[in-house]
Order: sequence, then C-alpha cells, then structure tokens
Amino acid sequence: MTDKTDKPTAPAGPVTHVAPSPHVGDRSMTTRRMMTDVLIALALPTIAAAIVFRQHLLWQLLGCVGAAAVTEALFAAARRKPWSITDGSAVVTGVILALSLPWSCPWYVTGIAAVVAVVLGKMIFGGLGQNIFNPAMVGRAFVMIGFVGAMGAKAYVTSDPAIDVLTQATPMTVWGSEEFPRLGALFWGNTNGSLGETSAIACLIGGLFLCIRRTAAWQIPAGVLLSASVIASVVDLSSGETMDVLKHLFGGALLFGAFFIATDPVTSPLTPKGKFIFGLGIGSLVMLLRLLSNYPEGVMFAVLLMNGLVPLINRWTIPTPVGGPVPVRKT
Amino acid sequence: MANDGPAPLERFLNGILPENPVYRQLLGMCPTLAVTGNMKAAMTMSAAVMFVMICANLITSSIRHLLKPHLRILVFVLTIATFVTIADRVLAAYLYQMSKELGPYIPLIIVNCIIICRCEVCASRQGLGAAAFDAVGQSIGFALALASIATVREILGAGTWFGITLLSESWWPVWGIMVLPPGAFITLGFLLGGVNWLSMPRGKKSAGCGVR
Repeated sequence: MTDKTDKPTAPAGPVTHVAPSPHVGDRSMTTRRMMTDVLIALALPTIAAAIVFRQHLLWQLLGCVGAAAVTEALFAAARRKPWSITDGSAVVTGVILALSLPWSCPWYVTGIAAVVAVVLGKMIFGGLGQNIFNPAMVGRAFVMIGFVGAMGAKAYVTSDPAIDVLTQATPMTVWGSEEFPRLGALFWGNTNGSLGETSAIACLIGGLFLCIRRTAAWQIPAGVLLSASVIASVVDLSSGETMDVLKHLFGGALLFGAFFIATDPVTSPLTPKGKFIFGLGIGSLVMLLRLLSNYPEGVMFAVLLMNGLVPLINRWTIPTPVGGPVPVRKT
Repeated sequence: MANDGPAPLERFLNGILPENPVYRQLLGMCPTLAVTGNMKAAMTMSAAVMFVMICANLITSSIRHLLKPHLRILVFVLTIATFVTIADRVLAAYLYQMSKELGPYIPLIIVNCIIICRCEVCASRQGLGAAAFDAVGQSIGFALALASIATVREILGAGTWFGITLLSESWWPVWGIMVLPPGAFITLGFLLGGVNWLSMPRGKKSAGCGVR
C-alpha cells in the first residue's frame, strides 16, 4: 500500500544499484500481502456486521467493492495503464467504505461514494501511494455532505422490526440518555450503527492481528485510544458520571477508525513518532467532534483533517541519523 | 504602437476559447467558484463583468496616451471601481434579490484580475476598436466558463437549470454537495481537466499522459 514497501525487483546480472537508505529490504512486505492482511482482519467486523445486519451488509459490500473495482478499471483504461486490481487496494477501499456506511444507504449513494472514493480519493492524485486523503473517507465525506438524508442519523433507524437493532437509535445519537445501550451490547456489537463499527471485540481482534503482522503501525491506534481515553476521563471526572470512558471507546466508529481507517500507510506519517502524534491528533479531534459539534460521530472528519497534516508531521519528526544530527554548514 | 498584435476580430475570437480567461488563463477564480451555484447568479455576474470590462477597456484605451507608467495600475483600478459602483447600484435598484444573493461578489469585481489584465495587456496599448473587441470576447469567454460550471452544479445540485425543473425531485436525489463550495472546486477541477484533455494535440492524447 505504500511506495516505500513496493520496490521493484532488481534486474539479474551484475548491475550497480544506487539507492538511498534503508538498504535492507523485506521482499515479503509487498502491497498485495498488506492488502490481503487487511482483508483478513476486516473479515471479523464483516462477519459481526453480517450477524447484526444480515442481507443489508451483503448489498452494501457488493455495491461498494463492485463499483470501486469497475471504476478503477475504467480509469486505468482511460489512462492506458494496466488495471491495478491485483494489488487489492480497490477491494480494501470498497470494503472499508461499505463497513462505514449506514445499512439503509440507497444504491446510488453507495455507488457514488465508491466512485468518488476511487476517482477523487485516489486515482486523480496518480494512483495508489500518491493520495493525500484516505480514499474510503473521501467517498464517505462526499455522500455525507451531498446526501444528508441518506447518511444522517435518521437513515439508521426503521420502524420495521425485521431486524431488532434497527429499531433503536444509534448509540452516538442518544448519548447520555436512557436509550443508550449497555456496555455489553456495545462490546459484542448488538447495537445499531454503521455496518462495521458496531462490534468492539471484532474490531479489536482484527486490529490486533494487523498490528502483530505489522501491516498497521501500532503507534496509530495506541495514540488514538490514549488521547480519546484521556479526554473522556477528564470529561468523566468533571461530570461525575461513571464508565463514560469505555462507552466512548466501544461506541461509534472509534475502534474501527483507529485500527482500520487511520492506519492506511499511504496517508499516515512515515516515522514512529509521527505516527503516534497522528494518532493522538485523531483521538483528540474525534472527542472534540463528539462532545462539541452537531455531528454525533467524528471519526471520518478527524481522519481526513489529520491526513491533511501528515506532510507537516513528517517534517517535524525527521529522525536523527546514527551518530548525531547532521551539522549545519556555516555559510 | 497603435494597431500591432492580432486583429480586432482575432482578439474577439481568442477571448472565447483559445485564451479563455477561466480555462486558459486561470484568472478570476473567485467569482468562478463563488457565484456558480446556479445559472441566474452566474449570468448576472457575467453581465456585470461584461459591462465593467467593456467600459473600463474603452476608457483606458481612450486615455492611454495620458497614462504615466508608475501610476497606470492606480488609474485602472479607479476606472474599474467607478463602473463597478454603477453596476452594483443598478443591481441593487432593479434586481434587489439577486443583489442580495451575490452579496460582496459584485463589489469584488473591482479586484477581478481579468479586467485589470485586459486593461494592462490590451486597452492601455491599443486603439478603441481593438480594446472593445477584446473586452467583448473576453467577457463572452468568462460568461461561457461560468455557464458551464453553473450548469453542472445547478443540474446536479438542485435538479434545475435557470430555475426550471429538469430533474424532478421525486426520482432525482439532489447532490447537496454540488451547490456548496466543495462542489465548485470539484466541478472546476473536472472541467479544467476536460478542457486540457480536449485541447491536447492528438499524438499526446493517445500517449495517455494527462500532464501538460
């Protein structure tokens, strides 16, 4: 998924190869392997969503992945480039986008979100590895602002009791009221919400798998969870209510965003320190948006805002080379 | 110095497409992005710009022998400001609602760089005829550019065109984002890319390289 891990193989024969450091490469760390890892990790939230939302999940998933793959094929054909479906990034974008949409999303909104995600989020910047913003979140933000009716809090709730949780409001919209679900429901995922975000345990296990495989940098989710829980604790202490911290962590898209959305290696900083700062920023912005804005949830905007700051973070956290900093030449 | 450069008719045609102020020179981006939410506002803006540009070009051209090099920009801006004030007051008197909707963008025509650019490169060096043709051509080019953006934004964003319903709300979900500022940037970006692609030489087009 990132250009630094996707090195072309060296040609055979005695060729002098000149390249900047680091010189030790890991051939197993290819784009395709990373994308496969992400898909394996996403299987858990997907299964959890399938249990909760049943056929609604399937339609969103098929719509998003299909539209993303077809759009990428069309765009590649228009630019006379090979179809880059084999690197798996369009599929990952499609799955993440589908899991971030409400179950009731109409087909055209799903399609537009997927097309915008691939075209505006990724392809017009020059394809994978060049994009500034997380493609799936670009697509979601576009339809979120464009089709308020299909994406707002009301889109999640239906009076038809075919699926029990769909009659409840989403946890984040009824924050602090009697209707707020118990922690157990939040943990196992038996609540309403965007498709992939409901089950905290599924996001946690999938995310830990990604961190152990080093496909996702652990610093980013650690930063998100740390800053979010610190801010939630402060709010908790000042308001006197209990267990708000866990409600903030398990409710909404915080875990899904921290492990699957923010860890996109293309749109996150390069250095470990930078990644931690990036995570801290996302966690703080999520809490800011949740507590003080009109939106019930703020993961999408938090990730997009911090994506915009990535070049700045990269510049702040240039690592010191072994042997001390490079001396500044006097002119 | 009088009539060098392209002939008046050529200047007129240049303004419309080959040297389109928005798509070719990328000037006047502020009104291009701000008032293209619907066709009525875009066309009112174009008409105001056209009036100001023609008058400013004519005045500048007729006083071009009196201009001092170090004071010329000041004189241009004063001339433009005079006509912008006239346009602003006329709009406020006869099209009050539109004047309210356009808000500060009518007074901002004073700093519209298309007009200053035409005064500088054409009217201050050419005779009245050339300056007039140039102003008309450039303002038609500006109007066409605004119309193209406003058409996309109004049809997608509201389902209407000039306030006439084209796409009924019963089956067309309006794209709210298109009438908001992000829609302006996205539409301009796509149309600009499209114009660049269309005007690329044939050989380059088949090479599939979009960078000019």
